[in-house]
Amino acid sequence: MKPAPFDYAKPATLEEAFGLLEGHGDDAQVLAGGQSLLPTLNMRLSAPAILVDISALDALRGISLDNEMLRIGALTSHSELQASEDVARAAPLLALAVSHIAHPAIRNRGTFGGSLAHADPAAEFPACVVALDAGLEIAGRSGTRKVAAVDFFHGLYETGLGPGEILTAAEVPVLQKGFRSGFSEFARRTGDFAISALAAHAQFDGDTVRELRLVFAGVDIRPLRATAAEKIVTGNAIAPELLAEARARLGDDLRPTGDLHASAAMKLHLSGVLLERVLSEMAGAG
Amino acid sequence: MDPSREISLTVNGEPVTTRVEPRKSLVDFLREDVGLTGSHVGCEHGVCGACTIRLNGAIVRGCLTLAVQADGAEVWTIEGVSDSGEIAALQKAFLERNALQCGYCTPAMLLTAAALLKENPTPTRPEIREYLSGNYCRCTGYQAIVDAVESAASEMTGTGS
Repeated sequence: MKPAPFDYAKPATLEEAFGLLEGHGDDAQVLAGGQSLLPTLNMRLSAPAILVDISALDALRGISLDNEMLRIGALTSHSELQASEDVARAAPLLALAVSHIAHPAIRNRGTFGGSLAHADPAAEFPACVVALDAGLEIAGRSGTRKVAAVDFFHGLYETGLGPGEILTAAEVPVLQKGFRSGFSEFARRTGDFAISALAAHAQFDGDTVRELRLVFAGVDIRPLRATAAEKIVTGNAIAPELLAEARARLGDDLRPTGDLHASAAMKLHLSGVLLERVLSEMAGAG
Repeated sequence: MDPSREISLTVNGEPVTTRVEPRKSLVDFLREDVGLTGSHVGCEHGVCGACTIRLNGAIVRGCLTLAVQADGAEVWTIEGVSDSGEIAALQKAFLERNALQCGYCTPAMLLTAAALLKENPTPTRPEIREYLSGNYCRCTGYQAIVDAVESAASEMTGTGS
């Protein structure tokens, strides 16, 4: 289908973008890479009066790295992120996850910030930034503020972005010694949205897991931490019996609802498979 | 009020300046306004890949890119890369391996395969499948397409048997 008519503006500065968003209120929609927005327009699931194309805002571009933080500009495309040596070194979880996102032609246009701001519950990057305890930088008319990723995702396509605000960057703590990441996903076909996906990040002291975040995508209305399973594993060395015990406690946190692609029982089962697979891989990577 | 916007871009090396409605997709613009019908329109929501176009050197979905977003861009379509001879080895391999029946997906398959071989001149079969996974073919069952890309890669790198 073709989208309903809309107006289009391409601001050259953030100030200009804020003015447009303020002036049009709920009738305006921010356009970054458009890889989630344009399908919804084409299918007439949404019909904003004006698209505010932020792609000319150079302040939102680029990846930079210092000793503590990896800063990823919101307009960084999935392909740029995939090709970045800084990302591979400082935040390998993102590098592991990106190949699961759609297909090359979509990764060339889809943006990191767009994926976070859109907050699709089955998307990979929201789960990753929660697992990595990243900070998100949000700019608005009244200035710039930081929100922890863990507090950003409120619900189904709902985030902590206020009216007229734009997500400008994410700051990811640089991978420290002893930390390891793991990612795996089940989807019907390569590039489809996840039936279940697991982003895991842990500190290992020898074989012992010291700190652990297990964040699932595709099983709830937002990225979901499996805290009961985390507690079972933390303080122990990964072993088959421990993983089985952790897997048995996944249901404490994960209460998936069935959808077109998988029943609730299947989602929970596959999430358990991911848990065992990802943690085994991480334990073997020492 | 005329909602249209003026855009200037190059298409297959030729400059184009015209007015477009903001809602017009890049693939519709190329087909209807520029008259290049080699880029096809399938699902119109980014799933089938039939509308694949090269924008500033990178393949994109023509249905998930607006013509207004291509203002200032360099666009190449199947017509351009075919006329330039750039994908001749792939075209020959597709023909020899029967990698198409109806041909609807073929222009996009060729552009995607060309992007793969530029990034990775000697891909394995799983790598070919992975890279082409966003391009649907309803005729061939993909086997012949993977054969053709593999054979073109050998031909282009001189490692063929």
